[in-house]
Amino acid sequence: MSQAESKVLRAYGDRQGDGMVQMTFTLELAPSPLAKEAARRFAQAHGLDEVLVVAMEACGPEHSYFVVYGHSRHSVDVSRIEVPSVDVPDLSHKEIEQFVMQELGRKIVLVGACTGSDAHTVGIDAILNIKGYKGDKGLESYSCFQVFNLGAQVENDSLIARAHANSADAILVSQVITQRGCHKENGRALVEMLEARGERDRFVLLFGGPRIDHKLALELGFDAGFGPGTLPRHVAGVIAHTLVKRRKEQT
Amino acid sequence: MLQVEVDDKTIARCRALAAEVADEVQGFIDGHTTVGVERTVARAYGVDGVDDTGTPLVNLLVDRVREAGLLGRGVAAVLADHMHRTGLDVSTAAEELAYGSAPLEAPSTPRPTLEEILRQATKSALDRLDAARDRREANKARLSMGATPWRYLIVATGNIHDDALQAGAAAAAGADVIAVIRATAQSLLDYVPHGATTEGYGGTYATQENFRILRAALDEAGETRGRYVMGCNYSSGLCMAEIAYLGALEGLDMLLNDSMYGILFRDINMRRTLVDQYFSRRILARSRVILNTGEDNYLTTADAIEAAHTVLTSQFINEGFARRAGVRDRELGLGHAYEIDPDVEDSFVLELAQALLVRRIFHEHPIKWMPPTKHKTGDIFQGHVHDAMFSLVGSMSHQSIQLLGMFSEAVHNPLMMDRYLSLKATNYVMRATQTLAQNLALAPNSALQKRADQVLEEALTLLQQVRDDTLWNAIAEGAFGDIKRTPEGGKGLHGVAPRHADYLNPLLDALEAP
Repeated sequence: MSQAESKVLRAYGDRQGDGMVQMTFTLELAPSPLAKEAARRFAQAHGLDEVLVVAMEACGPEHSYFVVYGHSRHSVDVSRIEVPSVDVPDLSHKEIEQFVMQELGRKIVLVGACTGSDAHTVGIDAILNIKGYKGDKGLESYSCFQVFNLGAQVENDSLIARAHANSADAILVSQVITQRGCHKENGRALVEMLEARGERDRFVLLFGGPRIDHKLALELGFDAGFGPGTLPRHVAGVIAHTLVKRRKEQT
Repeated sequence: MLQVEVDDKTIARCRALAAEVADEVQGFIDGHTTVGVERTVARAYGVDGVDDTGTPLVNLLVDRVREAGLLGRGVAAVLADHMHRTGLDVSTAAEELAYGSAPLEAPSTPRPTLEEILRQATKSALDRLDAARDRREANKARLSMGATPWRYLIVATGNIHDDALQAGAAAAAGADVIAVIRATAQSLLDYVPHGATTEGYGGTYATQENFRILRAALDEAGETRGRYVMGCNYSSGLCMAEIAYLGALEGLDMLLNDSMYGILFRDINMRRTLVDQYFSRRILARSRVILNTGEDNYLTTADAIEAAHTVLTSQFINEGFARRAGVRDRELGLGHAYEIDPDVEDSFVLELAQALLVRRIFHEHPIKWMPPTKHKTGDIFQGHVHDAMFSLVGSMSHQSIQLLGMFSEAVHNPLMMDRYLSLKATNYVMRATQTLAQNLALAPNSALQKRADQVLEEALTLLQQVRDDTLWNAIAEGAFGDIKRTPEGGKGLHGVAPRHADYLNPLLDALEAP
């Protein structure tokens, strides 16, 4: 992002700058005129002007659910935002295979797992299994990758052991369950274990899941992060480019 | 009346093949026991409680029996033999054996004596189960149940007291079934935690005390609302039979209890699960607990169009196993799901074809109909519409147990208001289309009928293959859910033992008695 002139945006409802947003929430109050006024003030406290409480319904024994509209006073200057992004060329399946063979001349070995107590393999399978996701074939289908999908509920130490046993180049970690931040704890713990062993730079570390993005992954010490909607091809490209770059730096 | 035509001879052939598949496995089941089965027997005889470290007494006892190489004799034989020699009652005998240090010896008391010693304890165990069942049945009769489709809602806070509050709210808003999702790793625990629990990732531990707390909350909500509210939990994993027993004892109405789910999705050893599912289903049958199966999950890993027939195949096999455990069709909630990619043309037609086919084949069964999850994106508004289409199929094809879709699927555990909005939308669809199916019939040569024919035909072919290969090899080759598991692989194989010629399990004998 260039340091161009500032670009300040408000939410776009019906006209530029009207700041219109909707909000839904629950308050522990049965529906009543008081509850409606409480909802209006609650929305005001979030920076909404001209609040309209358009729905108030009992959703629990002493709980009401509300839909409100209002004009948000807040704005955002997008010229002052920097978002870390994975900066690699967008290559096709074939191009990635050619790139790896040209630059490395061998297969890249991958181990992937859903770690900790998380039992949901849907994410790691979507990326690794031949079947893939949304018509985009998984990494097992690439001639330039050798893939070991360890499945779910793999502990970090056994993941590292398997990475060693298979002489892996990259480790892919998927985390679907996010209750009380357990995905971050599991991810951070893996990075710390590798650092403690002096092996952090030995592997390209990737982190993925529905509540994960590149920024979070970097914060936790990974090389890249992938959120919802990621196609296997994106992951393949990042692995190939990151690894080639690192091997060049190391030689 | 909207329904698909099916050839009854084809269905009969499918059932006959599934029976052959189940019989082949039943031969193995009848020759083996597991630590999970034996712990259940010990619990039924009143062995209860935990040691200072939280290890259940039944685990200490059965582990010692296994380490002594006596698992194949049955914990009942070891207990009764010790009672005979010492004159102790069953729980004191269990404590002596569990906490003792002397090596356990093989039972030497003649079998008829052992059986006689346990006669009263076996009768008491069955009486407790039967009393819990009768209490439930009486409440159902008094308060009456909602009409099908029953609206099934999930709570999963991790804290049983919060679950109880959320369950009460959901029941008040019109839910007929409340399921408490288990903590994510419980399926891999080789013991059942003890007491009320307030911490759990992804859900709440299934424990006897938690079952009791939820039952009390549902009973209270039921009285207020004037309608019986069912409780549901999950048993796949290493403790299928113990959870079935504890659930039955604490008034559970419904239990997820699939013959293959643990093998495929939790990597539990297949010998272990297949033996465990049998004993657990015997308990469910006795207690008239509705048994739900989980083949709907295949569509979360395999493609929902290409793998539709694997779900039907699995339903036939689950039915084969359930019938061998004495489960009545009217208590067998076979599962399927609305998981076809919504970007596919005519996806609704394909979903309706499958739902009508399953309804037509399993017309006595309380079919469990699962909402979309795989193609939920986080766009909650689109997700709400997606769920409404799912509910419409449920209504048009008269599914029995309707899980409510959550627009916030793939975002977070449902909020109180998410459940409320889902119930509101589902109630609208059900109300608006109450007699819709009675007004409709399929056009001649409809694509929908052809799809149903195709899925049934493919299921028949797959059943023939599974029969020829055996279920063990079919699972090893990835026939279900695109997942491959081997007979020696997975967790829990060390807890399986061949039954000795003198194997004693009076509880199983009683449950198997016609």
